[in-house]
Amino acid sequence: MELNARIPSGPIQDKWTKHRFDLKLVNPANKRKYEIIVVGTGLAGGAAAATLAELGYNVRNFCFQDSARRAHSIAAQGGINAAKNYQGDGDSIYRLFYDTVKGGDFRAREANVHRLAEISLNIIDQCVAQGVPFAREYSGYLANRSFGGAQVSRTFYARGQTGQQLLLGAYQALMRQVAAGKVKMYTRHEMLDLVVIDGVARGIVTRDMLTGRIESHVADAVLLGTGGYSNVFYLSTNAKGSNVTAVWRAYKRGAGFANPCYTQIHPTSIPPSGDYQSKLTLMSESLRNDGRIWVPKQQGDRRAPHEIPDSERDYYLERYYPSFGNLAPRDIASRRAKEMVDEGRGVGPSGVGVYLDFRDAIQRLGRDVIADRYGNLFEMYRNITGDNPYEVPMRIYPAPHYTMGGLWVDYNLMTTVPGLFAIGEANFSDHGANRLGASALMQGLADGYFIVPLTVGDYLATAKPPTVDTSHAAFRDAEAEVARRQDALLSVNGSRSVSDFHRELGRLMWEYCGMARTADGLKLLLNRIPELREEFWRDVRVPGSGATLNQSLENAGRVADFLEFGELMALDALERDESAGGHFRVEHQTEEGEAKRNDERFSHVAVWEYREGAAPIRHEEPLEFEYVQLAQRSYK
Amino acid sequence: MNLKLHVWRQAGPEDKGGFVTYQAEDISDHASFLEMLDVVNEGLIARGEEPIAFDHDCREGICGSCGFMINGQPHGPLQTTVCQLHMRTFEDGAELWLEPWRATAFPVVRDLVVDRAAFDRIIGAGGYISANTGSAPEANNIPVPKENADLAMDAAECIGCGACVAACPNASAMLFTGAKVSHLGLLPQGQAERDDRVLEMVLQHDEEGFGHCTMHGACQTACPKGIRVDWIARLNRDYRQAKTRRPGEAGLVGA
Repeated sequence: MELNARIPSGPIQDKWTKHRFDLKLVNPANKRKYEIIVVGTGLAGGAAAATLAELGYNVRNFCFQDSARRAHSIAAQGGINAAKNYQGDGDSIYRLFYDTVKGGDFRAREANVHRLAEISLNIIDQCVAQGVPFAREYSGYLANRSFGGAQVSRTFYARGQTGQQLLLGAYQALMRQVAAGKVKMYTRHEMLDLVVIDGVARGIVTRDMLTGRIESHVADAVLLGTGGYSNVFYLSTNAKGSNVTAVWRAYKRGAGFANPCYTQIHPTSIPPSGDYQSKLTLMSESLRNDGRIWVPKQQGDRRAPHEIPDSERDYYLERYYPSFGNLAPRDIASRRAKEMVDEGRGVGPSGVGVYLDFRDAIQRLGRDVIADRYGNLFEMYRNITGDNPYEVPMRIYPAPHYTMGGLWVDYNLMTTVPGLFAIGEANFSDHGANRLGASALMQGLADGYFIVPLTVGDYLATAKPPTVDTSHAAFRDAEAEVARRQDALLSVNGSRSVSDFHRELGRLMWEYCGMARTADGLKLLLNRIPELREEFWRDVRVPGSGATLNQSLENAGRVADFLEFGELMALDALERDESAGGHFRVEHQTEEGEAKRNDERFSHVAVWEYREGAAPIRHEEPLEFEYVQLAQRSYK
Repeated sequence: MNLKLHVWRQAGPEDKGGFVTYQAEDISDHASFLEMLDVVNEGLIARGEEPIAFDHDCREGICGSCGFMINGQPHGPLQTTVCQLHMRTFEDGAELWLEPWRATAFPVVRDLVVDRAAFDRIIGAGGYISANTGSAPEANNIPVPKENADLAMDAAECIGCGACVAACPNASAMLFTGAKVSHLGLLPQGQAERDDRVLEMVLQHDEEGFGHCTMHGACQTACPKGIRVDWIARLNRDYRQAKTRRPGEAGLVGA
């Protein structure tokens, strides 16, 4: 497997400008001769599909939801970063670049991150032009808030529903192209395989989730904007349908998988409450702007929060990190919360949780200001827990939220399979070992609106893919394989439900490959997952048929893939014998308990190559840091 | 807690369908309504029966996937989505009737799942601002009065779940359509296409088979996001203005 990142030469601030000029163009009259498949309709997929259609390409866009507007990007709450420096507080493209590389614990590519910071400006312009109702000041100008991991205010937001509003912007642009006939939408279609012909991505095989029909789709390029794999933990903040299947199929067809062990555990989720629980609900990180995080100083202090005087409270983030305080990056805030709970100072009925307290902010700013900033989040919290956060502090606990790993891509966002691109959370590119808050929306839209539409053109103009159609043997074979697998799932007829297996996998992954990982635990996991997979294929029960809407069958296919993927994730976590960002190996920590990197051995991207019937091969893409000085991260 | 559920079961769009009664037992009052259905479904799977199909995804009330009637009310007794409706709302031993959205324009797909593609087509008819990627001016070049931005956001919070249609005695989608017309019409960026937008969207709305608005107001009461009928009033005003400026053009309502 060759890993040529194709990073342009020259000073970092000129690379993207120069590269854009160097990219080959497709003549406007020729664009309509090309077919492009985009899988996913989130910020990356939806934006890419709309933009490619605007440019004149023929696009087919797929999603498993009943509408493109329901992609999981919709659930992002807090905001989107951009280096506009509207606050005049010293922000710049370079600072956003620097913060992101540092926040990622020096495991991201400098060139990609700098490009992201540059494009952040265009994103805000584009979204405002589309009518995204960002928060504004009384002057009529755009408002900003601050966010974890940054000391400037550069986050744009639309109440607590920024993801929703940005996604609706992209969705509206997409629907415009659907109505114009430039995009053909396939809702309730799930991609179940990638078709590679002569080493080049040429299409996909899908299942129509309403009729069960297995169909082939041929194209000149395939883009995957299919999100992350946090649901390998079963309980996560992701939507129930979020899954690894599309990228996992692509991996098994030859696309390298980068850094699968880099997962982000978000610090501010509502703590779990019972066995029936189907997901964890995130409370936006923006709450950390005004909320103060604390636990009782005394172990096992069961008093109600208002009965605990300030002198007996431990505002531990403010204590450990005086300059960042409650805004310390996500990985740090999560790990510290776990530490408090492990020390027996957790709060709530289960003792698994810490307080996020708005008492002081309400005293300082008034209830109305707080309601204006976070009203819907407070409502949501009250709805779920039955507690009123205006009066009682919220209880929060970390939850799997985002995955920095994904398909390996070069600077053009192309995977190791020519013609196959990965965008948004589905790729590994910009966040290193930890993503900063409000950067996922930025990356999804940067990839979708501004990068991939140009780099796909370069690929088409250079590769000039020859004509093939779905009668090609590779499509027939892939269809047969998808059908065989589906029949296999339906015919096991065992005794355990799909969800039951998924919960067990999730518990194992959380225990041994969650917030803290050890070599012993990971080895145990590597033994246990293949056993569980074997049990699954021997004992799963999938009722119904493949010829109708069958939600158990859909879920079974996804869980079967998680059962394979979990093993690769554990293997990657074991091989990366250092701590970095969200990947915390207990064996490697500083005296203060921070993640301790090993730059000599691990300043690289780990890229896994699939081999049928054999262990995958680990490749390395070295990371070079010319602009940002490698250092122990400090948020003190 | 224990409940008695009468659930609409329909194998496919052509099937006649009917209510089937299930017992939900040992349900935690902290569980969401959908988590309660998960428990029921696990029981059905264990007995070798097909689980109840219902749309759901984010389970935090924002994606708009979920929704069905509970005792004749869209999303049940509270102004929230069924994924955010918690069992503590109900009495132990309650008897509940679950049905899919009722509207010709939302044909039943299976059990509690309906086809809401008509909403996508209404947006496609004009629910956007035509700003091709890369064509945008600097964002702060166009100040938007905070009041308008806030109002636009109020309207834009619609999640497209379809509860408004299910609640309406006319199965009208005017709340959905009005919210998008108002969101974009309140912003300076949305002015250039304002007339076309309202005419085209209303035309599409009618072609999809949604009924007319008779200001019954049930949509507002059912909306989990607090979308107000004010937006329908705004739509009507925009529509009249557009018709006056463009007599003879698209649109059926009030023509």
